[in-house]
Amino acid sequence: MSPKDQVALESPPAALVTAPASSSARDNMRAILERIAVPALALLASAVIFGLLLAIYAGVDPLEAFALMYQGAFGTWFSWQNTLTRAAPLILTALCTALPARLGLVIIGNEGALVLGGVAAAAAGVAVSAASPLVVQLTMIVAGMLAGGLWIAFAGALRQYRGVNETISSLLLTYIAIALMNHFVEGPLRDPESLNKPSTRAIGDINMIGTIPGMDVHWGLAFGIVACIAVFLFQRFTTWGFAMEVIGGNPKTARMMGLNVGRYVLLACGAGGAAAGLAGTVEVAAVMGRANASLAVGYGYSGILVSFLARHNPLAIIPVAVLLGGISASGGLLQRRLDLPDAAVVVLQGIIFVVILASETLYGRLLPRRQGS
Amino acid sequence: MDQSGIGLWGVPLAMLAGAIRVSTPFIFVSVGECLTERSGRINLGLEGTLVMGAMSAYGTALASGSPWLGVGVAALVGLLLGALHAGICQLPRVNDIATGIGLMLFATGLAFFLGKPFIQPKAPNLGAIDLGWWSSIPQVRQALQVNYLFVLGIALAFALAWALKTTRWGLIVRLAGESVDAALAIGTHVGRVRMIATAVGGSFAGIGGAFLSLYYPGSWNEGLSSGQGLMAVALVIFARWDPVRCLWASLLFGAAGAISPALQSVGVTEGYYLFSAAPYVLTLVLMIATCSPERSLRGAPGELGAVRQKEMRQWPGSMSTRAPIPGPGTAT
Repeated sequence: MSPKDQVALESPPAALVTAPASSSARDNMRAILERIAVPALALLASAVIFGLLLAIYAGVDPLEAFALMYQGAFGTWFSWQNTLTRAAPLILTALCTALPARLGLVIIGNEGALVLGGVAAAAAGVAVSAASPLVVQLTMIVAGMLAGGLWIAFAGALRQYRGVNETISSLLLTYIAIALMNHFVEGPLRDPESLNKPSTRAIGDINMIGTIPGMDVHWGLAFGIVACIAVFLFQRFTTWGFAMEVIGGNPKTARMMGLNVGRYVLLACGAGGAAAGLAGTVEVAAVMGRANASLAVGYGYSGILVSFLARHNPLAIIPVAVLLGGISASGGLLQRRLDLPDAAVVVLQGIIFVVILASETLYGRLLPRRQGS
Repeated sequence: MDQSGIGLWGVPLAMLAGAIRVSTPFIFVSVGECLTERSGRINLGLEGTLVMGAMSAYGTALASGSPWLGVGVAALVGLLLGALHAGICQLPRVNDIATGIGLMLFATGLAFFLGKPFIQPKAPNLGAIDLGWWSSIPQVRQALQVNYLFVLGIALAFALAWALKTTRWGLIVRLAGESVDAALAIGTHVGRVRMIATAVGGSFAGIGGAFLSLYYPGSWNEGLSSGQGLMAVALVIFARWDPVRCLWASLLFGAAGAISPALQSVGVTEGYYLFSAAPYVLTLVLMIATCSPERSLRGAPGELGAVRQKEMRQWPGSMSTRAPIPGPGTAT
């Protein structure tokens, strides 16, 4: 298979199909242009809808609001760091949707994997807190990734071996995970000294994962970027990655080729869940220092959005997560300056999500097409 | 609540009360989703519709003083959200599952955004029918307080089952869901049928939301719905797309949801959060028990989840009826 064909096959699996693959260079060019122009148009349309909502309902000048959002997200070095800190868990949780999406599965249990990963990491960290910091940190990371990975792999196994719809089961698992977190945090793992907000015991300052040198952003960002690049290389250059693409493109072909589909389903779901579990671990080990209900603040749900906006492409996840991290970072400024409810940024995210999905229909129709292609 | 008079009998009694009270939103959402799915469209966004319905009903009741006007507005909001979903899904190549997730996020966020001013004030509640007048035990009387919407929900389930089965209109809906080709052949406008079915299904979900904010729990806040809308969608699969079975399943779920507060009311606080996960675990277990990797589900509409490429042609990649990803046993 030539490299050019690989590019053409890059498109997401059948369920989220894009423009049909074409062979000529001109059509390739058109496809690339479309992939930039369609999302750009969709973002613009979202901004217009959100602006109208602000102007009509809240009586706020939309241009002023957007200027403030830019300032709150990317205006200063301080806001950049805030944005990147919020982008880190989004990158990792987005992989929880993006990896299984390669096989045509729609997994939306990111929040549950994150929450359980965080609780497992905190429990493991407290259990071995007497060891050297590096050992504690590694134990936490392994525990968190294992918890998240097994959780989502369970949803994948149900899909594969019982035919249970993975979208609904993974979401149900999220609610179960949050109930489990509440049970552990208020029961067996509770620190008796945490009165107002039940929490686990602290993992200890010395065991915290610090910030990246030169900035006030924790290592979770680096983990996320490395994970995305690794997934990209895996999907592009390994046989297993190619097998996953075949399965996502056409399960029947995959079966005829004799691929062990179940193994790939478990692998993709497990790896995706592990990424979300790592996001929870980082929240505990680098931000909160302990596990409590603050783990479930919606990073997992935003991760679904990031993955869809990035069309499940691991490299595109990074800039999209930064964009959405910026939107959520600017929420505080909108609240303080314009007295908008903090849900305003959630509304904007929802609008973007819906408009981007609707814009799928424009692919192949936006730019003039040659006859017969 | 003082349960000393009836002791542990309080648990099944509270579960009965729960089956009546907690189940009402499930009934409305699942019957609505049932209608939508029978027309061949999936609407995963009903969770968002439920929350928007709850918010708009509460706001309307607060402003007008009439809770029933609130129910009407919630139905209208649900209708609009359903129509929006149907409109987007009718575009070629748009995936209805992903759109449902998107609209769920959007509607939930919009409800929190618009509903901010309604968190504190108290709106008038919907009344209830007192069916426990014959009993002198306060717990029994309280358990048998039946809301009008519960009765309406039951009527709706039976009415929809009847309409789908016997009326011409029901036949057209089922035809659109079973085979687009057949529907087109007899001149049915499939898009319009699905639009109406999705919009009406959305309005049912909106009414379910009105019940949440205007009767039980009876206030508006951001934690009002904890996935009832989604569980109701899962419940439709379990009920095999039959409105009356949706009703029974909703009652079962209501009872499961009431286990945790019921145990707490008789003094069992151990594992409160674990029991609170009971409805989710129950849903999952039922789905595992009823699904099968070998065959598509009995009763599933044939066109369910098909993404329209162009001209209503079927595309592999549907939700519950798609050929399952082949397992190791089937690989050749």
